[in-house]
Amino acid sequence: MGSIQQIIFMVLSVIALASALGVVLSKNPVTSVLCLIVTFFAIAGHYVMMNAQFLAVVHIIVYAGAIMVLFLYVLMLMNLNAELEPQKRNWLKYAGAISGGALLVVLVAALRDASMPAMSTANNDIGLVHNLGMVLFRQYVVPFEVSSILFLSAMIGAVVIGRKED
Amino acid sequence: MPVQYYIFLSIALFCIGVMGVLMRRNAIIIFMCIELMLNAVNLLMVAFSKMWADAGRVDASSAQLFVFFIMVVAAAEVAIGLAIITMVYRNTHSVDINILNRLKN
Amino acid sequence: MINLVWLVPFLPLLGFLVNGLGRRSLSKSLVGIVGSGVLLASFVISLLIFFEVKAPGFSAQVVQLFDFIHVGSLHIPFAFQVDQLSALFLLIITGVGSLIHIYSTSYMHEESSESFARYFAYLNLFVFSMLILVLGANYVMMFIGWEGVGLCSYLLIGFWFKNNDYTNAAKKAFVMNRIGDLGFLIAIFFMITQFGSVTFPEVFAKAASLGMNNSVITAIALLLFVGATGKSAQLPLYTWLPDAMAGPTPVSALIHAATMVTAGIYMIARSNILYTLAPHIQTVVAVIGLATALFAASIALKQNDIKKVLAYSTVSQLGYMFLALGVGAYGAAVFHVMTHAFFKALLFLGSGSVIHAMGGEQDIRKMGGLKKYMPTTNWTFLVGCLAIAGIPGLSGFFSKDEILASAFGHNPVFYVLGLAGALMTAFYMFRLYYITFAGKFRGTHEQEHHLHESPAAITIPLVILAVLSIIGGYVGLPEVFGKNLLAEYLAPVFAPSVPFAVPHHLSHSLEWILMGISSALVIVFILLARQKFANYEDTGKESTGLGKALENKWYVDEIYDAIIVKPLYELSRFFRDTIEKAGIDRLVNGIGRGVQWGGQQVRLIQSGQVGFYIFAMVIGMIVLFVIGFLL
Repeated sequence: MGSIQQIIFMVLSVIALASALGVVLSKNPVTSVLCLIVTFFAIAGHYVMMNAQFLAVVHIIVYAGAIMVLFLYVLMLMNLNAELEPQKRNWLKYAGAISGGALLVVLVAALRDASMPAMSTANNDIGLVHNLGMVLFRQYVVPFEVSSILFLSAMIGAVVIGRKED
Repeated sequence: MPVQYYIFLSIALFCIGVMGVLMRRNAIIIFMCIELMLNAVNLLMVAFSKMWADAGRVDASSAQLFVFFIMVVAAAEVAIGLAIITMVYRNTHSVDINILNRLKN
Repeated sequence: MINLVWLVPFLPLLGFLVNGLGRRSLSKSLVGIVGSGVLLASFVISLLIFFEVKAPGFSAQVVQLFDFIHVGSLHIPFAFQVDQLSALFLLIITGVGSLIHIYSTSYMHEESSESFARYFAYLNLFVFSMLILVLGANYVMMFIGWEGVGLCSYLLIGFWFKNNDYTNAAKKAFVMNRIGDLGFLIAIFFMITQFGSVTFPEVFAKAASLGMNNSVITAIALLLFVGATGKSAQLPLYTWLPDAMAGPTPVSALIHAATMVTAGIYMIARSNILYTLAPHIQTVVAVIGLATALFAASIALKQNDIKKVLAYSTVSQLGYMFLALGVGAYGAAVFHVMTHAFFKALLFLGSGSVIHAMGGEQDIRKMGGLKKYMPTTNWTFLVGCLAIAGIPGLSGFFSKDEILASAFGHNPVFYVLGLAGALMTAFYMFRLYYITFAGKFRGTHEQEHHLHESPAAITIPLVILAVLSIIGGYVGLPEVFGKNLLAEYLAPVFAPSVPFAVPHHLSHSLEWILMGISSALVIVFILLARQKFANYEDTGKESTGLGKALENKWYVDEIYDAIIVKPLYELSRFFRDTIEKAGIDRLVNGIGRGVQWGGQQVRLIQSGQVGFYIFAMVIGMIVLFVIGFLL
């Protein structure tokens, strides 16, 4: 069993990382968006692997279904393509890549020796809607309501900002 | 399967996001890289949730709820952020973030 | 009545507040009435208190108003002590003060109404402070009054503050006094640490229990004496007093002759036990007093400014008082304070009358022959001169004689030197009198036309003071003539010293001889002065040698200037130019400039390039992680 899970993990990880690099490196913004969607699907796969089934579904609906469509919509509305893509000077690109890599090295080095409880391969049901609903509406009712207000105000804000001045 | 795998995976995703932010000037791509970073964190949350649930903690599903809240915030952010980018594009016909330094005057 | 003693200083304070606050709105006559009225009322109360104190069997009373300082075991009440000494001083201050206030209403009448009120406000404040000084029941209260009179002296010397010389004189007086005040203050601290108290009875009782020649008492006595030399213009701190004549003449009469400068004598007389217990310091006091008396008298011989002569005469007379204190004749010192207050106030007011008539001229070489123009001023001034010279029968004779007799008992050398000073006094006073009032007028024609006798508000105080100068001495007759009422009256104040003092008793025949010698010599010197100056002509010749040194006051001001003032100026210039400008200024400005420069450099980082900000943020994160986790 373990080996199958590890194989799935590896495959999903490679897909996620490769498509994430695609987001960053592709010249065409539309390709970037599509790569990002692939990454999100890979991450959703990881969620399923970790018994977060409901979260995986929500993740796909919200990210891939809503947010990324919004991105794509805006991109196409602006009619951006590789030719119009603003480019940084080369040395700035290298500096960015190097500092990002340095961050990676530092973080890995920092967390390399962290000791943590191991994950078992056994299933559990913490990710079921039933459990999540219990916790959400018992412990986190107030943050939930607050976040709904946040959403509402973000919606109003988007409308106000996007309005044509007349 | 050690939880370190997930930690390193999400560090890698996060750093790719950071690199994207540093290397690109297109505001929309930068935005997408931020989403990538958020998702790296979400992934880590879920991994820890699973880890603690296996260790027998009853409140482990809280971590998954935080993922929901992060999603909420990300969605709100995208709504506002894209609205702003649209406005900037409408006024400047560009999504280059360096154009925004006009604000300094 | 004793319980109402607080009214005595309170009334002048009220006058100060009314005149000071209402100086823009009150009319001159109202100001004069308020200013003089409060003092007359104080005088009446003082008189009533005096009679109560004079009654036999009276012992000192302390009237406590409130707690002034109460810290730990130190307890300083705001209290007034009424005894023979303070009651006598109350009479002198309020009595002479009232006369001088009345005199001022006329003398200062040409001032604008605002500065007229300011003048009276200061004068009332001065009287208030002086009364606090003599009434205070502890050294701290005395110090409050001491500082108050110093302040008023400063304000009144510089009353015409638009004249730079006058403000400089005021500053000089203030700084000189400050040197003395420091001594007084340290003495108070000494008392607090050594005795734990500053109230008179406690300090004296504790001092008496320490016995003779105790180093603590010696130190306190010396420090108090330093304070006294400042306030009472003794060597080496006397130079401010002649310059203090810059103030209005009534001020010179009240503050710089009759009252404030006697504060030092009051203090030492009050602390008599401390001095009796420290005979070495007593000798110092006597020597300094005698030196001052001679020194100032010699300067007075050649001065040509009418007020300067009187100022040096004051310094000289104060020297006599210190001589008396130094030889243990505290009663004689207080007696001389009283008679001196009468005749020196008289002389100053008389000189004020002359200056008033001469239209502000103070140089006696330009006067002369005023006898026929100003008869009242003339005869009162003559009385004053006779009294200060020590003609038998007038007040100055008795007090000076008592001092000289005590000095003889202590040490005949003191007597001889004291007598020499007295003869100089007779000589310069009559030089002043003859040059001013005898001979013929030497001023301009216009001045001659303007000459007139002063109004009643000026002459009445003169007459009263002249009468007092004549009869004031009979309260302290020497033993050969009968009872010394004043000595008897003051005896309780000086009683604590008696067991420690060395008595000097002169035989009656010796006293007669001394009196005879001094009287005869004084008359000889007066005649000498008459012969030399009765028909004085201003030849305009420069004096040479000793005369020139005397005219220039022994060059003391110049010496002080060279050895103290100039180096201090140099030092402060060094501090200003080098330490302040080159050091502190440059440091402070350098910090400011450095911050400005740094800000300018850092400002360039704020380029507005979002990419750069993010880049910096990531670098910062890396650094933080490295510091937090890897180091």
